[in-house]
Amino acid sequence: MKIGVFICHCGENIGRTVDCARVAKAAAFFTNVVYSVDNKYMCSDPGQNIIKQAVKDYKLDGVVVGSCSPHMHEKTFRKAVSDAGVNPFLCEIANLREHVSWVHEDKEVATGKAIDLVRFAVEKVKRNSPLTTIKVPVTKRTLVIGGGISGIQAALDVANAGYEVVLVEKEPSIGGHMSQLSETFPTLDCSQCILTPRMVEVYQHPKIKLMTYAEVESVEGFIGNFKVTIKQKARYVDADKCSGCGTCMQKCPIKKKAFSEFDEKLAFRSAIYVPFPQAVPNIPVIDTSVCTYFKNGKCSMCQKVCDREAIFFDQKDELITEDVGAIIVATGYKLYTIDKKPEESEIKGYGEYGYGKYKDVIDGLQFERIASASGPTSGEFKRPSDGKEPKKIVFIQCVGSRDESKGFSYCSKICCMYTAKHAMLYKHKVHDGEAYVFYMDIRAGGKMYEEFVRRAIEEDGVKYIRGRVSRIYEQNGKYIVKGEDTLAGVPVEIDADMVVLATAMVAQPEASKLAQTIGIPYDKYGYFVEVHPKLRPVESSSGGIFLAGACHSPRDIPECVSMASAAAAKAMVLFGSDMLEREPTVAKVNELLCAGCFYCRKVCAYNAIEIKDIRDRSGNLIKQVAYVNDGLCQGCGTCNATCPSKSVELIGYTDEQIFAEISALY
Amino acid sequence: MQIGYYPGCSQTGTAKEYDKSLRLVMNKLSAGILELNDWSCCGATSAHVTSHRLSLALSGRNLALAEKQGFKEMLAPCAACYNRLLISQHELNNSPKVKADIEEIVDCKIKGDTEIINIIQLFQKIGKEKISENIKNDLSILKAACYYGCLLVRPHDITHFDDAEEPVSMEELVKTVGAETVNWNFKTECCGAAHSVARKEIVVNLSKKIIEDARTHGANVIIVACPMCHTNLDMRQRAMKREYKDHSEMPVLYLPELIGLAMGFDNKQLGIDLHTVKFKFPELVKKSEEITV
Repeated sequence: MKIGVFICHCGENIGRTVDCARVAKAAAFFTNVVYSVDNKYMCSDPGQNIIKQAVKDYKLDGVVVGSCSPHMHEKTFRKAVSDAGVNPFLCEIANLREHVSWVHEDKEVATGKAIDLVRFAVEKVKRNSPLTTIKVPVTKRTLVIGGGISGIQAALDVANAGYEVVLVEKEPSIGGHMSQLSETFPTLDCSQCILTPRMVEVYQHPKIKLMTYAEVESVEGFIGNFKVTIKQKARYVDADKCSGCGTCMQKCPIKKKAFSEFDEKLAFRSAIYVPFPQAVPNIPVIDTSVCTYFKNGKCSMCQKVCDREAIFFDQKDELITEDVGAIIVATGYKLYTIDKKPEESEIKGYGEYGYGKYKDVIDGLQFERIASASGPTSGEFKRPSDGKEPKKIVFIQCVGSRDESKGFSYCSKICCMYTAKHAMLYKHKVHDGEAYVFYMDIRAGGKMYEEFVRRAIEEDGVKYIRGRVSRIYEQNGKYIVKGEDTLAGVPVEIDADMVVLATAMVAQPEASKLAQTIGIPYDKYGYFVEVHPKLRPVESSSGGIFLAGACHSPRDIPECVSMASAAAAKAMVLFGSDMLEREPTVAKVNELLCAGCFYCRKVCAYNAIEIKDIRDRSGNLIKQVAYVNDGLCQGCGTCNATCPSKSVELIGYTDEQIFAEISALY
Repeated sequence: MQIGYYPGCSQTGTAKEYDKSLRLVMNKLSAGILELNDWSCCGATSAHVTSHRLSLALSGRNLALAEKQGFKEMLAPCAACYNRLLISQHELNNSPKVKADIEEIVDCKIKGDTEIINIIQLFQKIGKEKISENIKNDLSILKAACYYGCLLVRPHDITHFDDAEEPVSMEELVKTVGAETVNWNFKTECCGAAHSVARKEIVVNLSKKIIEDARTHGANVIIVACPMCHTNLDMRQRAMKREYKDHSEMPVLYLPELIGLAMGFDNKQLGIDLHTVKFKFPELVKKSEEITV
């Protein structure tokens, strides 16, 4: 075997702490190495040409590149080797950047380690064999989890491109938080007016299978070939029979026991309900926690009044499996609630704002419902405690956000804008009202955003006070807001009629559980994590699973929509070809050695191991052995480590190769 | 259970009755507290505004004494002592450098494992049941505003005790002994603290606000767990009367005094007679009111 070694300086990234020329010289003396060179940028075109030229000139059949992590440029170098006519799997990377230069300071020691790692890779490549990529078919269907604006946008984009979509939403209706909003910044157009046409489009789309009141139970398989189990929760209403007439809801005797989730607890709903009038689908569900029938079996009013006989109290949750090739996660956010002290949480909460004991201290979404024409006050500004019109409202930004000592260290990003919008909406309806905003900084980056905030201040006369609020307390029906004006350097006291807290956007409480179910990483706040923050912002590190919207980080509607479209495009990239190429580094069973104990089958996380019958010429069964399904195997190596007879090997990482690498170090 | 007792200076002076009632109540509960032998200043106010190192060393000495005398737990009924001891312990435990320095000054090793507890934690440890068993008098006529002040619950990261902004632990104890509690706004509002000496007018105004908020929310007594708070809220009511002509008196009791009243001790036994604002059960007044209605 003739091996070529190519050491990259990565500009100064490696060159600063590793003497690359010395590494190249040392490598030249390794057995089988016939060519060794260093270059400032191996990944550049000229750099790649050096490799290609050397392969031709020296008839190389093994290549080691000492460079950055294989995550970055393994593909590049393998492509170069392949272009030069050598099997790409005969090219190995020695990681001299992440494993050496970026983590060490002493040049002498780092250079020694770099030489070791190159020797290590040379020993491996000597034992490499040519491999060909595995091709697997792609299921051209997409699962979208979450039916808010992000999920809706992603589903519509994929479906409009002609691919089938399964849209799963855990609430009874799609629409998400956007359907709760009054008007949207910076244009002040009505949120529902722009959203509901999209919701209807989803409902009517022939390519979209909509499953509301449903949750993803489990996900198996891999990119291009997922098997998803979805739990359809019992609605107790037959969706095919129900006409959505609403009689059941009118007749339901439970009227004041359940708070409306849609109205953010500012109004009540019946036990059988649709969340809001424009709900899609317009099919009610029964909330069994308050329904009298489910409590003591006494009432069945809804069943009696239903002309269509659509109500079935004995309906059960159903498990449905779907095959999909791509998954788009768009599960959205929640608002941090101050209404109780969070237990066993790092978040300490805001006792100084009363933990929700004051009825007129509300959060942003509650204000949206009060401002909304479809809300509990029909869009008139009335405060929750006594229904009076508030003449003075104080808005407090950054409650929970940017507050490491009490809340979360991140910025929730949308609050500066929606607070300006809130204050503006209020001033537009209550002309003699006063609006105060306590802020830390105004972060209004975005098209027409800064202008919007200026408009609130200059045209609508909203008073902005830079500073934090230290306490809110009630005195004679007023809420005394004590804070500091840090620009004037004076303490401020405002006697407000209502206080609106711009509480932080937080991940859905079940986000981390879902992430574990589908196998994607999440951060300490419960937000899902992308592969690369700049270059691959909508892909999770699990192939074929994409992220859209506020489940990734706090973001506003335009950003959610763009991210959703990007995720949809990424899914469609997968569907662009009929077969997916996969790395051939999968497990392979030596059938002569295999004793058929099938321990490997038990430990395999991907159900990739099957039982194969070995028969003689006349068809008699001799023995049964394990057999690895190339399409399912992820190359994790668990079977390899488990097999008592060492008859499973991971191609590309055989025991022989690994041992050779290790012994090269000593 | 033998708990160490660190009285602190106020317990021997302005807050004598705090000490008196505490010992009486603890005796009744047959729960032992043993005064720390040879204790010295905790390093509050005058020390820690002058020299941080001095305040650490002063508390450090007391911590070392507690360890030497074998106390696993030590009660500091004064909120400032509690705060200083706890903060010093925290700083020593979190910096080997500071610890070495202080150990050298006090010429003693400090392990830093004595649990420093405040008066509320003390009664929590004794337990509601044991306290209830000893209750004789019905205190339901009392509508108590529990005042925590600033030091008892802060900083939360070090005290790890109750909520810093909306504490509730004292209310639970007060309810246990049969008094009612009121929901009010100024549980942790500043009373003016040591400004009482040099800038009396500040204290008078701040403390007046606290008293009036308690009153508007229906309180007929304020319960405190800090000698400084007591001085400002009780003693300064005389000055309040001069400042605000219509000021009507509001009795201020230490937590163990209230518990003592429930146990059947009288004002004199508990030292309540030493207060500026005389405490009388509002019972009679209320009953006669009811009769006239």
